[in-house]
Amino acid sequence: MMTTATEVRSQAKAEVQNLNFHYGAFHALKGINMPVHEKKVTALIGPSGCGKSTLLRCFNRMHDLYPGNRYEGKILLHPDNTNLLDDDVDPIEVRMRISMVFQKPNPFPKSIYENVAYGLRVRGEKRRSVIDERVEQALRGAALWDEVKHRLNELGANLSGGQQQRLCIARALATDPEIILFDEPTSALDPIATASIEELVTELKDKVTILIVTHNMQQAARVSDYTAYMYMGELVEFGLTDQIFIKPQKKETEDYITGRFG
Amino acid sequence: MNQKDIQAIRAIITRHKRWDMLFGLLGLLALMVGVLTLTVLFADMAIKGAARIDYDFLTSFPSRRAGSAGILSAWVGTILVMLVTAMSAVPLGVAAGVYLEEYAPKNWVTDLIEINVTNLAGVPSIVYGLLALGLFVYKFGFGQSILSAGLTLGLLILPVVIVATRESIRAIPQMVREGAYACGATTWQTVRDHIVPYSSAGILTGVIIGMARAIGETAPIITIGALTFIAFLPPAPYTEVFPYISFEWLMAPFTVMPIQMFNWTSRPEAAFQVNAAAAGFILVLMTLAMNGMAIWLRYRLRRNIKW
Amino acid sequence: MTANAQTMSVPMTSAPDSVSDRLRKRASRHMKERVIEFILFSAASISVLTTAAIVYILVSESLTLFEHVSLWDFLTDTQWTPLFDDAHYGIMVLLSGTLTSSFVALAVALPLGTIIAIWLSEFASFRTREIAKPILELLGGVPTIIYGYFALMVVTPALQYLFPELPGFSLLSAGLVMGIMIIPYVSSLSEDAMRAVPMSLREGSYAMGATRLQTALRTVVPAATSGIASAYILGISRAVGETMILAVAAGMQPNLTFNPAEPGATITSYIVQVALGDLPHGSIGYQTIFAAGLTLMLMTLCFNLLGYYMRKRFREVY
Repeated sequence: MMTTATEVRSQAKAEVQNLNFHYGAFHALKGINMPVHEKKVTALIGPSGCGKSTLLRCFNRMHDLYPGNRYEGKILLHPDNTNLLDDDVDPIEVRMRISMVFQKPNPFPKSIYENVAYGLRVRGEKRRSVIDERVEQALRGAALWDEVKHRLNELGANLSGGQQQRLCIARALATDPEIILFDEPTSALDPIATASIEELVTELKDKVTILIVTHNMQQAARVSDYTAYMYMGELVEFGLTDQIFIKPQKKETEDYITGRFG
Repeated sequence: MNQKDIQAIRAIITRHKRWDMLFGLLGLLALMVGVLTLTVLFADMAIKGAARIDYDFLTSFPSRRAGSAGILSAWVGTILVMLVTAMSAVPLGVAAGVYLEEYAPKNWVTDLIEINVTNLAGVPSIVYGLLALGLFVYKFGFGQSILSAGLTLGLLILPVVIVATRESIRAIPQMVREGAYACGATTWQTVRDHIVPYSSAGILTGVIIGMARAIGETAPIITIGALTFIAFLPPAPYTEVFPYISFEWLMAPFTVMPIQMFNWTSRPEAAFQVNAAAAGFILVLMTLAMNGMAIWLRYRLRRNIKW
Repeated sequence: MTANAQTMSVPMTSAPDSVSDRLRKRASRHMKERVIEFILFSAASISVLTTAAIVYILVSESLTLFEHVSLWDFLTDTQWTPLFDDAHYGIMVLLSGTLTSSFVALAVALPLGTIIAIWLSEFASFRTREIAKPILELLGGVPTIIYGYFALMVVTPALQYLFPELPGFSLLSAGLVMGIMIIPYVSSLSEDAMRAVPMSLREGSYAMGATRLQTALRTVVPAATSGIASAYILGISRAVGETMILAVAAGMQPNLTFNPAEPGATITSYIVQVALGDLPHGSIGYQTIFAAGLTLMLMTLCFNLLGYYMRKRFREVY
């Protein structure tokens, strides 16, 4: 991994540099360094409470919503080298560039159409034709268009769980983000819906950089190109997914992956 | 994303943030309307009424001459009416709340009772006055007495007490009940030994809020036809001879603070307006003190109880 | 039935008088439990009895009035002069006062109450909320007679300073103060509804790059609609039933008008006016207040039931 560092940097979409994060007195992330490669899927794995969701939520500054949180270090977003964690960088600007899909599908209590159009409306887009086009594009991108094209005015909550999650993915896609963050997107779904979301994630990486948190190692192995294994707030190992799963460098990683621990 | 797009996004954010700030100010302003009203109202009565508030004002009966009029019969009446109100509303309200939370089966009778409690909480107070006029004053023959007024206000605050009781009972976790039942307690023993004691502070808060509302209620008492010029006190609740206790005061005519204030407010002479301000100031102090007590009690309760 | 079962079971068990003490104690305990439950049930039924008594008193007394006045006249006459020799009984006159003053009050209370609710729920810090909510509660706890005095002695003169032609009694001044009084009812219930909206929806909105105001107006408020609607209904019901502010500051002469700058009587202030005089029990004038009360009760009943179902609905959503 170390030997390929220069090569890696040239394709990085974002780079975490010496990131520390505190929840009040709790030191949740300790000196994290890792790249996020452009148009690839990077998976964050590790046992519960290891800080993988916390790290994910640093990327779109979700922690800013709650008091008592503190970031140290940098997350650089390329190509403009913006430090996402800088106090001068507006979290809203960050969230406009980086979308997120949550653990449990959380469609707004609005129509399917309005759910997808939300991000555009938030950006002040008023032209109906533009919104129509982007909504259709996003729904197609999320493999939901054919199922909902005749009932765009129905409530998003009327869809099935898997459809709701794809709706949330469409919502995240509609604004043409640079990175999409997935926070255990299938943990609330049945196996069939899970498979369709995984397939979708694999398809999406041609268009957008993806960072995914998962508690399911098989899922990480199936969908990701790179994997980061975290434990107790530290990044234990980062590398190509094949490498991590077949020939991990560290003993702890191997123990976790082979199921001897966790 | 290229630099131009980022500039565009920043422009949008700046615009939206301005709206955020404006709304923040608007909210503060809206709240200030309330604060300002409270301040002006309080200050106005304090300044106008201060000159009249002294020992004589508290110990004199109302009079035709504004300068020598006082609120003795009003505050004594208020205390006696509140006594009847508390005696009627608290046991009934707590019993009803306990029944609905701990006993009531899920059926249409319970639904009916629940809808009724909700509805009664929204019935205008003057309608209670009409009920009391028809029922207590004429049908039951209680007349325009302390008893009629106290029962009327008791019915009026009954929903407040019921709702407060139910809410504080609901805050008790199920494991407390299970613990009691597991020791072999009956429903009533569980209620008596656990549910009511543990919810008593919450119930008390509700009772105080209800009483604070009752103390300022004017409309229902006017409606039952309470006289406004009372220059005497009701008979004392004790006697020299056996049985030493007397309930004659229950049937006595009376006046209360808000009625006295209304009476003075509706006089054209400016001197009586000063009396109204003074009486109003004391009445506001009474209700604010009670409300403040309830708020403090609730605050303490929330800090102390950790299930 | 029980006796029958006992005789039948005699051959199988020992004689009835040997029922153990423990069992007997259980039977008596059972009795006691049932008696207590019945007492508590009776207390709970008082609410039903109260409603029944209100309906009975209002309807029975009103019926006596409707023996003398036709319902048609009651609903369509444009004069309300039950105490004059030339008596007219047009409830519209009182309704116009009630509607006008309520309209003024709601024009104040609904926007301000909603703004405060959004502000408290989405903008204010924990500490600000801890201070602001008790203040609002106090605002709702001030006796209405005090507000009446405030409207008459402070607000009316202040308004007259701005509009010199405003009379000493007006629906406007009473309505404005009434609106301020209603703010806490609207804001507190609306805020509860907004705070019941799950955090995951807010996170979804913030994650899309929405600002606080956008999240509040586009996500939280729509999700809390039915709760906010029930808060509005409560506010309307309060405005329609408010009495003392109007009795003190709006004048009590019946006046068919929708102009808030005029004085006028409302249903409630008319009842106060009659109660202040000495009408003999059973006279026509006396019966009119029950008919007025019945009209009021029906109006608020509709609002209350509507609000009840709205509240129930918003509790069920999450």
